[in-house]
Amino acid sequence: MNIPEDLKYTRNDEWIRVEGGTGTIGITDYAQDQLSDIVFVEVLAAPGETLKQGDACATVESVKAAADVYAPASGDVTAVNEALPDTPELINSDPYGAAWLLKIELSDPGELDGLLDAQAYRQHCEARQA
Amino acid sequence: MFIPHTDADREAMLSTIGVERMQDLFKDVPAGHRFPELALPPAMTEMEILAELQDLAWANSSARELSCFLGAGVYNHYIPAAVDSILRRSEFYTAYTPYQPEVSQGTLQAIFEYQSLIAGLTGMEVCNASHYDGATAAAEAVNMAYHHFRGKRNKVILSPGLHPQYRETIRTYTDGSPIALVGDHGEIDLLAGPDGLTPLIDHDTALVVVAYPDFFGRVFDLTRLVEAAHRAGALVSVSTYPTALGLLKPPGEFGADIVTGEGQPLGIPLSYGGPYLGLFATRNEYVRKMAGRLVGETVDNRGQRAYVLTLTAREQHIRRERATSNICTNQGLMALAATVYVSLLGRHGMRQVAELCYHKAHYAASCIAGIPGYRLWSQDPFFNEFVVRCPQPVDEITAHLLEHGILGGYDLGQDYPQFKDHLLIAVTEMNSRAEIDVLCDVLEEVSNG
Repeated sequence: MNIPEDLKYTRNDEWIRVEGGTGTIGITDYAQDQLSDIVFVEVLAAPGETLKQGDACATVESVKAAADVYAPASGDVTAVNEALPDTPELINSDPYGAAWLLKIELSDPGELDGLLDAQAYRQHCEARQA
Repeated sequence: MFIPHTDADREAMLSTIGVERMQDLFKDVPAGHRFPELALPPAMTEMEILAELQDLAWANSSARELSCFLGAGVYNHYIPAAVDSILRRSEFYTAYTPYQPEVSQGTLQAIFEYQSLIAGLTGMEVCNASHYDGATAAAEAVNMAYHHFRGKRNKVILSPGLHPQYRETIRTYTDGSPIALVGDHGEIDLLAGPDGLTPLIDHDTALVVVAYPDFFGRVFDLTRLVEAAHRAGALVSVSTYPTALGLLKPPGEFGADIVTGEGQPLGIPLSYGGPYLGLFATRNEYVRKMAGRLVGETVDNRGQRAYVLTLTAREQHIRRERATSNICTNQGLMALAATVYVSLLGRHGMRQVAELCYHKAHYAASCIAGIPGYRLWSQDPFFNEFVVRCPQPVDEITAHLLEHGILGGYDLGQDYPQFKDHLLIAVTEMNSRAEIDVLCDVLEEVSNG
């Protein structure tokens, strides 16, 4: 299970990469593995829209389930990954890289303190696999 | 009788939930109402009950004995004998998609063929496995458009030319939701047609719902309305009469985003209101917001053609409360009837039926328009149904027609107050010229008092 050290995680299996004031959001390796083959991705927010922490911001659909993705932090959407609708399988092959979902300009960086670090997220995943 | 639980099962369940006796589960129902005395007549033998039911059936008059000029949403078309014969084959004889669908390849293939035929007839890219009837299909279009815009557009414009019962069903479906329904409460001039809806379209509009032909039988060019809706970013749903599409331009060709319709005219009997068939077709880009089941064609691991239920993650058993609709059932048997009917008629047969309806209806309309006291309400092009202003109350006229063995038409005053004394008359290939002439003779008799 790939859980990069430099990201923050949610208990709902989203990750966020913080660079300066920008947060890049995606779903984790654990999430893609649980969902199996991803066949459809719909990002629900458009650039310019404001997300609050916990807002549904994308839907990911696999051959066996559909999952909502919730914003790990609040902010204004600055970009969405235009490649995903045509190549949803990127989420299976490169969940932390090419398959980022959207980028936001963080409005409350303090929220990040409430997220899980890599070690805590690994424990969270292992507890569910037990 | 199938009793799935043994006494031991039941005791185990009761003890798990901490209830001693089954009767205790009903203790909240007042004692007097728990086992009320039912006023049921004594039991009868099979022979007696058959005679009783036969008596009841004979009290009815059916479209087989009468000359039927009643339409208003369902139509008396000829059903080839092969339709019923195939429907009754035991391999097909179920109303539902099986719960292990892939073991029933024949059923899935029939649904796949149905979807393909309806997509072809409507000019659309994808068609689901069907809904209950034309009204519920129209309501699912409203649901779909609302979910497509994720609740950011809350206005739905209903043409007053959409079937009154469809509008009623849409109101029932959307009751309690943020969807605002406008357009069918006197906002526009009925006679002028659906272009009058254009000024109502704005950037809060999710969907415009129109009928083609409309409830009064009229056929309008909807191109301008569709363009206006698309300019505002809204979708358009067209409720249609599939028989008419044998002759008319398919809605997909003038830009409809959703096409719905009552599938009854495709080989399904009138049957006093059902079971019928809800047609629902749309474009590929909206397929994930579409309700209902969808059968796809694929190849299995031996390279053989196979049929599967596909895109099921849209459905409520997976997507739960975020699904577009909580309805995934379909009218499997009725969809099969439509499949057999359309296959038997083929492209030329569908056109021929449509032409017969069109020409006979136009003959009837011109005859009736020539009778003193009667007047056609509209001069717009129509398919097989038209509105006649009558010299007397419609119920008196239809009662008189019934005495002559004629089911005379639909009293529009029931739904539209401005249409007091207006009769909606439908003509199909089933009406002979002699029947139409008798209809005109009796109408003339009525007007002479």
